[in-house]
Amino acid sequence: MRVHKHWLRFAAVAMVLLGGLPLLNAIGRPSTPGAGDAAWFWLSDVQLNLLGRYLTFAFLALGLDLIWGYTGILSLCQALFFCLGGYCMGMYLSLQTGTEGVYGSTLPDFMVWNRVTELPLFWKPFASFWFTMVAIVAVPTLVALVFGFLAFRSRVRGVYFSIITQALAYSMWLLFCRNSMNLGGTNGLTNFKKITPPFFDTAVTFRLEEPATQRGLYLVTVLFLLAGYLFCRWLTRSRLGKVLTAIRDNEHRIQFSGYDPADFKLFVFVVSAALAGIAGALYVPQTGIITPGKMTVAASIEMVIWVAVGGRGTLVGAALGALVVNGAYSYFTSRFAEYWPYFLGFLFVGVVLFFPEGLIGLPRRGLTLWRKLRMKSQPAVLESLEPSSTP
Amino acid sequence: MKIRNKNTKDTSSRAAACRISVVVALLAGLLNWTWAAAADDLPPIKVGVLHSLSGTMAISEVSLRDVVLMAVEEINGKGGVCISANGSKMCRKIEPVVVDPASNWDLFAEKAKQLLLVDKVAVVFGCWTSVSRKSVLPVFEGNNGLLFYPVQYEGEECSHNVFYTGAAVNQQAVPAVDYLMSEEGGGYKKFYLLGTDYVYPRTTNKILRAMLKARGVPEENIREEYTPFHHQDYQQIVQKIKAFAAGGKMAVISTINGDSNVPFYKEFANQGLTAGDVPIMAFSVAEDELRGMDTSALIGHLTAWNYFQSVDTPQNKEFVKNFKAYTKRNNLPDGDKRVTDDPMEAAYFGVYLWKQAVEKAGTTDVDAVRKAAYGMEFLAPGGKIKLDERSHHTYKPVLIGEILKDGQFKVVWRSAGLVKPEPWSEFTNPDKGCDWVDHEGTYTKK
Amino acid sequence: MMPRTGRLVLGLALAAALALSPSRVPAQSSATPAAEAARALGDLASADGAIRQGAVETLGNLEDPAVLPTLEALRAGRLYLWTQPDGRRELVIAREKVTREGKEVLPLARAYDQERLRSADGQDLYADPQELEEVSADRRLRGILQQVIERLRLLSPESKVRKAAAKTLAERGDPVALPWLHQAFTREKDPWTRQAIEEGFCLLTLSHPRADERIGAAHRLAEIHGTNALPRLQELLTQEQDASALAVEKDAVRSLETWTHLTRTAYAVFSGLSLGSILMLMALGLAITFGLMGVINMAHGELMMVGAYATFVMQGWFQAYLPAALFDFYFLAALPLAFVVAGGCGWLLERTIIRFLYGRPLETLLATWGVSLIFIQVARNWFGDLTAVIAPDWLSGGLEVMAGVQLPYNRLFIIAFTGGCVTVIHFLLTRSSVGLRMRAVTQNREMAACLGVRTGRVDAWAFALGAGLAGVAGWALCLIGNVEPGLGQNYIVDSFIVVVTGGVGKLAGTIVAALGIGWLNTLFELTTDSAVMGKVLILILVVLFLQRRPSGLFPARGRSVEA
Repeated sequence: MRVHKHWLRFAAVAMVLLGGLPLLNAIGRPSTPGAGDAAWFWLSDVQLNLLGRYLTFAFLALGLDLIWGYTGILSLCQALFFCLGGYCMGMYLSLQTGTEGVYGSTLPDFMVWNRVTELPLFWKPFASFWFTMVAIVAVPTLVALVFGFLAFRSRVRGVYFSIITQALAYSMWLLFCRNSMNLGGTNGLTNFKKITPPFFDTAVTFRLEEPATQRGLYLVTVLFLLAGYLFCRWLTRSRLGKVLTAIRDNEHRIQFSGYDPADFKLFVFVVSAALAGIAGALYVPQTGIITPGKMTVAASIEMVIWVAVGGRGTLVGAALGALVVNGAYSYFTSRFAEYWPYFLGFLFVGVVLFFPEGLIGLPRRGLTLWRKLRMKSQPAVLESLEPSSTP
Repeated sequence: MKIRNKNTKDTSSRAAACRISVVVALLAGLLNWTWAAAADDLPPIKVGVLHSLSGTMAISEVSLRDVVLMAVEEINGKGGVCISANGSKMCRKIEPVVVDPASNWDLFAEKAKQLLLVDKVAVVFGCWTSVSRKSVLPVFEGNNGLLFYPVQYEGEECSHNVFYTGAAVNQQAVPAVDYLMSEEGGGYKKFYLLGTDYVYPRTTNKILRAMLKARGVPEENIREEYTPFHHQDYQQIVQKIKAFAAGGKMAVISTINGDSNVPFYKEFANQGLTAGDVPIMAFSVAEDELRGMDTSALIGHLTAWNYFQSVDTPQNKEFVKNFKAYTKRNNLPDGDKRVTDDPMEAAYFGVYLWKQAVEKAGTTDVDAVRKAAYGMEFLAPGGKIKLDERSHHTYKPVLIGEILKDGQFKVVWRSAGLVKPEPWSEFTNPDKGCDWVDHEGTYTKK
Repeated sequence: MMPRTGRLVLGLALAAALALSPSRVPAQSSATPAAEAARALGDLASADGAIRQGAVETLGNLEDPAVLPTLEALRAGRLYLWTQPDGRRELVIAREKVTREGKEVLPLARAYDQERLRSADGQDLYADPQELEEVSADRRLRGILQQVIERLRLLSPESKVRKAAAKTLAERGDPVALPWLHQAFTREKDPWTRQAIEEGFCLLTLSHPRADERIGAAHRLAEIHGTNALPRLQELLTQEQDASALAVEKDAVRSLETWTHLTRTAYAVFSGLSLGSILMLMALGLAITFGLMGVINMAHGELMMVGAYATFVMQGWFQAYLPAALFDFYFLAALPLAFVVAGGCGWLLERTIIRFLYGRPLETLLATWGVSLIFIQVARNWFGDLTAVIAPDWLSGGLEVMAGVQLPYNRLFIIAFTGGCVTVIHFLLTRSSVGLRMRAVTQNREMAACLGVRTGRVDAWAFALGAGLAGVAGWALCLIGNVEPGLGQNYIVDSFIVVVTGGVGKLAGTIVAALGIGWLNTLFELTTDSAVMGKVLILILVVLFLQRRPSGLFPARGRSVEA
């Protein structure tokens, strides 16, 4: 009965995201573009696009929740994996632009001003759609595999792992900012025009500025998100998932039970990297730009806070956190620009100190608090200060 | 394999799954907040202001926001934008919509979209870095918006939807190097091109290299080097400069940006190099940046701009006075200690140029305003400027100044009259031109 | 050089004559020097170009530094003829324009002695720009003027100016300067200025038509390590006709090239040390909070920023309340302030947030990151961006230790200061009762508590000490970079890498790691010719290194290490 209920809710969310919102966007559209005579319930292209981008963040948050929420490893380079996927997609899109760029050259614009006369070798395969699709998963996975292998094998754990991943993100950011990398330097990749996935023998062209294309990308994102959620849910409920949780709760004990935590950690690190890479690839065509600014240390830490705000170890919470924090970011930067860092800062401190279970845990927490008050038992304040993250 | 708290976990996640739909719906509603209120008889004209107010670029861009808002206030104080229609004059106030792209390049595109599509502004004043401009460019071109971009930049761009009120490379870097090579400027023969690694220094140095080659400077007398943003340790680079300076007649052409400047100049001075031996000609150091620097190490070095606060014209005196009064009146940080500089002037007169163009066109329609703006002249604080008849760029004077102790500049050279903008440099792209009247933007010269 | 041979020979003949009798006073004349100067100054205003040129040359020959401002004003176009109300015409120097009674006027000073011009009743005189007639210098005159100015600058009381003048004269390549340089050389006391003047002299002599002169100059240049002459010597190698001279010049080039390499290497060693000392200073505080207490403080960089702003505030107080003569001491006065303020912030942080998170390092990381965001924004709102910390005079410039190597005082100071800090911390931890308690709590919290150590208090004070050290690092960084809200972000990753590499719980690890990373970074930067690659290579090395020693260079021993 309960399982049934869960699927019902899942279907409801899926319907709203998949059907309802795009429908709101498709109907009620103003008769002439730019005019203000849209229906009151019309969800504008800008808003749908914004939501689509947030959903890619939610997708990334799922992977982060796997590694941090379930396995207890704080990886501070998720933004790097996100960008690796994003850059793969960006390279593909840049090559699609063809001679539509500022210089009218077949090379991407930044290569022209960088005095690059021939397409570098590593760019060439990205002209292929299917190669790009593979690379989006393969590149972050490979980086995670090599780095994770080195780190976990030598039993770098806890904060050491966080600091090392942070340094990785930092040095990769420095590298990507270099124009000699031929990836656009700080300007990154931009000015994308179209996407042409091949269907059997013919390539279908979708112009990125078309609202229909954006709607399509939104739908693809939602599908990925739903599939990603189901995958992560399945993973965490499998035997493997139990081992992961056990690593989080007591790594030594699991070692004594005959498991090698390093393999499991590497696996979950790679999975989360792949998810982040896909998220990046979905993000880029919807945003129209990818720069190293997205892979800074700060960006990675902000991603962690999405999960913390939503509630870690719950998957749904992670996704929810990504949506809420990013929604707030957009809102604040339009309304109270100066106060955004304060808000974010207090969010970090507050969530860690007072709401370790995040938004998801809030109702239950409120309920227990209320019950306790009614039963006139222990003062409730004390409880909020107790360490409660790791049982 | 049962886990103790399985049941509670499940309930919570299911409850959450239900709540997520509610939150998503709420979020969609939240995003809808920007709908404008109903209109009056003569609703104000909305204009967008797209400058970073937080993050790393805030240090430079906040001043541009201030000066744009000041121009808007001035115009509104005089009645607003007045269009004569059917013999009667209709005046509309300007309503600025200020957003914060927070030095986040993705957010620039998002906010530009919001300004154009949700707020439906008539024009946007904004951007500083090239990457932010490149980020919003597809948005403006896709939705036929209008952007006034006030900062000196690398050129090689010719957008239908942007008016460039800052300098192109031939209005800043090229004359500056010509000056250094002249007898008056010291007759320098060797050049060390040092910059932060991004598009503006790279392109500028590409053009300068071609130019130096055309002027007969041999390849071995030119060095080029780039450092990352926020670079702090210039010990080795100053060593290299010192070695390259042996034999004299060497100048550094600096396109170093932002907070790297102070460590660079300090190291330069402390290793015993002086402005007399090896002058540094900088293109990214203006009065506003100098406020936050220890100028003692910078004195005597040079910069090239199109405007200095010390420019001696009555309208500039007025401008500087008004700006100080404005910042004081609005309780902005540092009050009347604030200064004006080149990008601020360009941002300021950009607002007036747009107003003039709207008044001439009689509408805020982008296509009409664009056409009206071609060839438009304006008496800016730094002197008369003129929009090009074809290329969306601006004719400007060129000034070279020496840094003084108080963070101001002493003008040591000025161009004879206005310099015509060349979005495509004659040195690197002699065959290209920018023309929106007889051609479709960038075209190949016959 | 060919077209100028005639003049060259003439100049060298004069130089040779002067070299024989260096004490000879140039341009003897019957009039007293002062009278002659006055006459020559008067001639400057002449309409005749030849007379003006002669006047400039006479002024040069008089070797009177007092005419320097006048000549400089002439070159800068600030020398004017002013027609006084009574019709007399006077040569004046105009200063920066001022606005008086709504009109723009120029303050006037007399040529020669720079005395401010006053009217009969003692009022300062100003002139309308229209009343003045500019004494213009044409191209030809400006060339001579430049030479004469540099010649007079050789007499400057400041060694820096003398050095620059010698260099400029040599670079102009006009042998007329040879006797001037020779004279200056015999007068000179300061060894490095002597070296610069001699280098200039030899550089000019390299263009001598006689081969033996060139040989002598090349020899001498190699001896005094005159690397400034290297490009000229290399150029000479392609033109040299005389075989014996060519051999000597080749030797000189080789020797100078070796010397250049030597100086580069010497400086690289120094800059590695300097970078290492900065890293060490930043990591010291972390070594205490992270190393000893196991707290990941992401706001460490912001505590540095607090220290830097404390310095800025102290500078403001000195400017506002104390005489200008004391200004240079603000920097020293700011040291305790930076320590106390940053330490106080740290103490507050510990009491309000961190103490609830002991044993949960990942949560601490997130919470302190949030704190760092708040700190940055507070600084931005509070101070704006008008925050220039002026380096005190006594820390500007550098110490010249060998030809071509000048070690900046600010970096030397930081190296020395870091050494001092390390020593103090070492004794504090090992020799004081506070340090004993801190170590006890680190090693076994429960046992320490049982023995009566108030662990909470020790935690708070240890954290405050770490924060205070961060503040001190920020104070020192004011000498290198600028003060801005994001200051700490530039350094935080580097500092953590140092501590992780060094190993937790040992000061020695931090020291070795900081110096090692500093030197390796410099080495990589030199070899890859790119600052970024240096940093990336360092990270790769650190990751590989942690393969072999997961707990860093100096791991803490015992069973209680696992956090």
